[in-house]
Amino acid sequence: MAVPRRDDEVEGRDGTPVGRRAALGLLGLGAAGIVFGAGVQSRIAKGLAPIAAVDPTGLSGLVPGAGGFRIYTVTGDLPERSRAAWRLRIDGLVDQPLDLGFADLIEMEPTGITADFQCVTGWRVEDVEWKGVKVADLLDRAGVQDAATHLRITSFDGAYSESLTLDQARRDDVLVAYEMLGKAVTTEHGGPVRLYVAPMYGYKSLKWLERIEVVDELIPGYWEERGYAIDAWVGRSNGRSDEPTPVSGS
Amino acid sequence: MVGDQVVRFDRVERWLHWTNATLVLVLIATGSIMYIGALSGLVGRRVLVERIHLWTGLALPAPFALALAGRWNRGLRRDARRLGRFLTDDWLWLRRRFRRGGALRIGKFNAGQKVNAVLVAGTLPVLFGTGILLEWNDRLSDSWRTGATFVHDWGYVGLTLLVAGHIAKALADPVAMRGMRRGLVPRRWVLHEHPRWHDELTPPPAGAPPHDA
Repeated sequence: MAVPRRDDEVEGRDGTPVGRRAALGLLGLGAAGIVFGAGVQSRIAKGLAPIAAVDPTGLSGLVPGAGGFRIYTVTGDLPERSRAAWRLRIDGLVDQPLDLGFADLIEMEPTGITADFQCVTGWRVEDVEWKGVKVADLLDRAGVQDAATHLRITSFDGAYSESLTLDQARRDDVLVAYEMLGKAVTTEHGGPVRLYVAPMYGYKSLKWLERIEVVDELIPGYWEERGYAIDAWVGRSNGRSDEPTPVSGS
Repeated sequence: MVGDQVVRFDRVERWLHWTNATLVLVLIATGSIMYIGALSGLVGRRVLVERIHLWTGLALPAPFALALAGRWNRGLRRDARRLGRFLTDDWLWLRRRFRRGGALRIGKFNAGQKVNAVLVAGTLPVLFGTGILLEWNDRLSDSWRTGATFVHDWGYVGLTLLVAGHIAKALADPVAMRGMRRGLVPRRWVLHEHPRWHDELTPPPAGAPPHDA
């Protein structure tokens, strides 16, 4: 077969149909990525973990699949409050409403928990350490009245809210947390103090905690009003079957 | 074709380019806000950002459908064919470090422009498809959902780099930029940058000085 002379070639008519091949190739790659991406992703996450641990820029966290937290805030900006200015109210159907400052909180008996953090959108961060005070201890201190059945928990961002049944809230792995990964909980992650509900999807772990109201009815929280499950057990709700996130240390 | 100016992109092509560019930039901006933690914190408003991203993404095929729908699609289709096929000189161009000097006869688009266009054109449908899967994910297994997120994330990184490169190149060549903004480029520029295309053009009107091609 005669090879066309370069000068005889007409652009658009001659030559290799790279465009068609590349488009089909990318489509194939995309389809393969959907089917096998989960496996590749966990390998990337494992490979990058040692780099991410010592990477001061945080850029390694931007590699897709590298894992790490994604930050969701529902209001216009990150609600900031210093530890000194932070207050927590516990009221509603209690014998003794509480108004605690940060110093009051860290005087109480601390609980440490290590567990995976699973988001309902699919990402998971393994072995996150938390430190805080059990919600159960706070409820005991306030004295819950007999009529109470649920908690309504609200954030100082003015929009975010959550609900828990009293039984859920009294579990040993449900904390009012002020340390994450050995450091103060940052504003991005819901600091200075956030809720941490270890066995449930991340949205239950309300950020920027301000108030725990003891009530006698279920009041669905922010994400629950938008269709997410109220009893948000990891692997048993929201149509997902993730590995549960049991506590692995205390 | 006026004097020593020639038409590089017709009106339909320019309209499609700028409409699509606007949509893609909105998608990259809202996607970045959701993807990069520091930006998520700065902007917040998760639900609103998500909604803008979703609707902009759904609108993405519309300009292509409109631009291709009628007889006005001729210039667009012709240029798409040019972009999709690599000539011998395009392969040589990709392999060479010094690409100017007349040894290679570049057509209306050089191989770098072709690679960029082909990759963008291939990546957009993948992002569109995985985006649809992520929004309407009820029938998807967790593993596939994670896979679709993975593909969408990598597609986002790839597309952002391609678009950044494209914009940097366009800013570096004001004449090329003018070709996409107004449609016209000087014949001299065509001769220098795209000699093979220059040969195809009808000769300049009588009276204009002849070029040595």
